[in-house]
Amino acid sequence: MKKYRLTALIFIGLLFSLFWAFPVPAPADEDIPKKFFVAPPPFSEGIFPCSQCHKGMPVNRTPRKLEQMHQDIVLRHMPGGWCFDCHNPNNRDTLRLANGNVVQFEESYNLCGQCHGTVLRDWKMGIHGKRTGMWNGEKQYLLCVHCHWPHDPKFKSIKPLPPPIQPSDIR
Amino acid sequence: MASLIKNFFIAVRQIFIGNTKYYLWVGFLLFLILLGGSAYMSQAQRGLIITGMRDQVSWGFYISNFTFLVGVAAAAVLLVVPAYLYNFKPIKEIVLFGELLAITAISMCLLFVMIDMGQPLRGWHILPFIGAMNFPASLLAWDVLVLNGYLAINTCIAFYVLYRLSIGKEYKMSVIGPLIILSIPWAVSIHTVTAFLYNGLSARPFWNASILAPRFLASAFCSGPAIMLILFQIIRKVFKDVDIDDRAIFKIAELIAYAMAINLFLLGAETFEVFYSGTIHEYPMQYLYFGLHGKAKLVPYIWFATFLNVTAFLLFLLPKTRENYTTLNMACVFVIIGVYIEKGMGLVIPGFVPDPLGEIYEYGPTTPEVLVTIGVWATGALIYTLLLKFAIPIYTGKLRFVTKGQEGYRSPAP
Amino acid sequence: MTEKKAEKYIDRRTFLRGAALGLAATALPLDKADASFWEAFFQKYYREMNEEEKKKVIQRLEKEYAQKYKKEIKVGDEKALPGVLFGYGLDLSRCIGCRRCVYACVDENNQSKDPQIHWITVLRFKKGEKFLDLEESEKYYNPSQVPEPGYFYMPVQCQQCENPPCVKACPTQATWKEPDGIVVVDYNWCIGCRYCMAACPYGARRFNWTTPNRKPEEINPKTHYLGNRPRYKGVVEKCTFCIQRTRNGRYPACVEACPVGARKFGNLLDPDSEMRQLIEHKRVFRLKEDLNTNPKFYYFFAYGR
Repeated sequence: MKKYRLTALIFIGLLFSLFWAFPVPAPADEDIPKKFFVAPPPFSEGIFPCSQCHKGMPVNRTPRKLEQMHQDIVLRHMPGGWCFDCHNPNNRDTLRLANGNVVQFEESYNLCGQCHGTVLRDWKMGIHGKRTGMWNGEKQYLLCVHCHWPHDPKFKSIKPLPPPIQPSDIR
Repeated sequence: MASLIKNFFIAVRQIFIGNTKYYLWVGFLLFLILLGGSAYMSQAQRGLIITGMRDQVSWGFYISNFTFLVGVAAAAVLLVVPAYLYNFKPIKEIVLFGELLAITAISMCLLFVMIDMGQPLRGWHILPFIGAMNFPASLLAWDVLVLNGYLAINTCIAFYVLYRLSIGKEYKMSVIGPLIILSIPWAVSIHTVTAFLYNGLSARPFWNASILAPRFLASAFCSGPAIMLILFQIIRKVFKDVDIDDRAIFKIAELIAYAMAINLFLLGAETFEVFYSGTIHEYPMQYLYFGLHGKAKLVPYIWFATFLNVTAFLLFLLPKTRENYTTLNMACVFVIIGVYIEKGMGLVIPGFVPDPLGEIYEYGPTTPEVLVTIGVWATGALIYTLLLKFAIPIYTGKLRFVTKGQEGYRSPAP
Repeated sequence: MTEKKAEKYIDRRTFLRGAALGLAATALPLDKADASFWEAFFQKYYREMNEEEKKKVIQRLEKEYAQKYKKEIKVGDEKALPGVLFGYGLDLSRCIGCRRCVYACVDENNQSKDPQIHWITVLRFKKGEKFLDLEESEKYYNPSQVPEPGYFYMPVQCQQCENPPCVKACPTQATWKEPDGIVVVDYNWCIGCRYCMAACPYGARRFNWTTPNRKPEEINPKTHYLGNRPRYKGVVEKCTFCIQRTRNGRYPACVEACPVGARKFGNLLDPDSEMRQLIEHKRVFRLKEDLNTNPKFYYFFAYGR
C-alpha cells in the first residue's frame, strides 16, 4: 500500500492543480464589466451616514417643502416628484427604486437607469460619461451623480478657457 | 582634357573683365544680394516667423516667386529649342540665350525653395538613396527630380554648344539631338509637375481643378518669352556684336499673343465654373476678386493684373502695336507684371483662403521677406549676367581656342 | 610683361579663392565643440535605423534635452502594440466648447507657449444655420460662459486618416502612418517644406515658425520620440493621439480632461471596446468624407442607436 501512497498524492495534487487551472466561471454579470471601479459617491462633507440624524426620527411621508433641514435643496428634476421617490424613508443610508427595492448609494446608477435606461446602457458601454484610466485595461467610471447633481441635474455653464491667439498677432 | 579645363578657366576670366558700366551693374547686384543675404541671416536665426506666413497660409511670397520662375524656365527653352529642329534661322541664333535664361531661372527656383524650408541644412533628406525620397507618391519629389534634370540638360546643351563654338566647330546634331528631343517634353513636364504639386491636393478646392496644369503652361508661355524679348533687346544693345534679328522678336511676340489668348480663355472658363455653380468652393476666388467677409487685401492687385494682361494681349495681337518697339516693350512689361501677380500671389494665397477650417488669414509679405526675394532675383540677374559674359565672346567668335592649321576650323563671319 | 600680368592674375585668383573658402568656412559650425551637431546632421532615417542606432539617437536627444531644460527628460520609443488600430469618438451632443481639452493637450504634449501652438481647434457653429459649414464657423469665440444658447461646438484635431494626404505629400517621408494607425512625424527628419500642411484637409498640422518656447518647469518629462518630445524650429508637429500614453495603455490627455465625457478612445480592432460599440451602434460621421481620407476620428450623437 505504501508504494501507492506517493501515486495517490501525486494524483490528488494533479486534481487540485486542474481545479485552479480551470476555475468555475462566475455567474454571468451582465451589469458592469469587471475591469473598473466606480469612484465613491460625492457626498457633501459630513452628511453621510444619514442615519446619524435620521435614526429614530419620525418619518413624515407628506410631500411638502422642507423647512428645518435640507431646505436649500430645490428639486428641479422629475416634476411632481419629491424626496421619497428616490430616498428610502425606512433607511436614509440607502436609496429605493420605483418597485420598492433598496439600492446602495454606490450603485445609484441603477436608480437613474429606471428612467434613463438608454443612458445607462451607453454608460455601461463606456460611451456616456467621462472615463479615465487604461483603454485596454482598468478604467475608472464615475457615478451619474458625479456630473449630474440629482436634485438639479442640468449642467451649469462654465467659463471657457481662452481662445487661441490670432495668427496676425503671433510675432 | 587639361587644355579643356585651362580653356574653361580662361573663358571664365571674361567675367572679371568689363567696362565701368559692367562693374557698376555687378556691384549693384552684389549690393542687393548682400541686402537679401543679411535679411536671410535673420530668418535663419529666428526662423520663418519673420515672414508673414502662418499656419493658415503656410506658403507665401517665396513659393509664389518659385511658381512664376518655373514657368519662365519652361518657356525659355520650349519656345526656342524647337528651332534646332525646324531651322527658323532668326530664332536658331538666340536659342543659347534662352537656354542660359532657363539655367538662371531654375537656379532661382532652387534658391527660392531652399530659403522657404524650415530646416534647409536637412535638404539632403530629399535625395533618393542617401535620403528617403518619397517617390513616386510625393509631387515634390518629382519636382526635385525634374527641375534638377532640366538644369542638367540645359547646362549640357548650352555648354556643349559653347564648347564646340569655342574650338571653331559646329555642334554635332548627333550629340545634342537626343538631348533636345528630351528637353521639349521635359520642359513641359517641369511645369506640369509644378502644377500637379498644387493640383493633387484634395484639401484645396481652388487648386484641385484640372484646369490648373493647362493654365500654368499658358501663362508660362506668356511670361517667359516676354522676359526673353526684353533681355534680347538689352543683349543687343549692350553686346554690340550680337545680332538678334527683328523677325525673331516679332515671331516670339506673336506666340505670346496666342498664349495669352489661351490664358484668358482658361481664366474665363475657371471663373464660369466657380461662380456659376456657386458652391462654397467659390470662396477662394471670391476672396481673390471681390473680397470675403470684408477681407480684400488681394483684390486691387488681381484686377490690376487682369487689366495688364488684357491690355498686353491686345497690344501683342495687333501687328501694328506688336511691331512697334515702344508698345511691344510696354506689352512685355505688362505681361510680366500681370502674370507675376496672377500666377504668383494670385494663385498661392487664395488656395489657403479660407483655410480648411474656414478661417481667413490675410497674408502679406513682410519687409525681410521682400528683401530676401530681391536678393534671390539679384542672384539670378547676376548669374545670367555672368553666363552672358562667359558665353558671348565665344558666341560672337571673339574668343576662340584653336591652333593654327586645326582641322575643321571655321573662322567666324566678319 | 606677360609674366607680370600672369602674376597679377594669379594673385587675384588666389585672393578670390581664399575669400570664397573663408566665407564658406564661416558658414560651417566648426565651433561646435560637441560632436552632437554632426551626429544630428547625419542622423539616419528613423525607419531605417536598427535598435542600437535608435538607442544611441535617443541617448543623444536625452542629453540635449537635459542640457537645455536642466531636468531629466525621458524619450521613449514604444512600438505599436500588435492587433491595435486606434480610433477616436467625439460626441457632438455633449461638447460644450470649454477648451479644457485644448489646454490639457498643450501641457501633456509640450506645445510651445510663445509662440502659441494648439493642436486642437474648437469650432463653434450656429444652430439652425448651415450645419457644419466650416466657412461660417468661429474659432475665436470668447463668451463668459459656455455652452452659449443657440450654438454647438466641434473640436477638430488630426484625424489620423487611414489614407492620409499628408503622408502622400511629404517629399522626405518624414511623416508616415504607424501600424497602430497613428500618423507620426520624425522631428529630426522633417525639412520644414510645409507641403503636408497644404495637403491636410483638416488644418491639423502646425509649424514651428520659430524656436518653440516652453518653460523647463512646464515640460512633461515623459515623452516619445514620435510624439511629445520637445520640438525644433522649422519642423511640423500635430496631434499623435498622445502616443506616449496610448502605447502604454492610457487614454489620451484630451479624453481624460473633457469634463462632460464627450471624448471616446479605444482600439477599433477589439470588438468589445467602446469604440467598436460606438461605431456599430451610434450614428457616426467623419469630416470631409468625400475626400476619401478615411479618418479614424468619428463624430457622433449620443442619443439613439
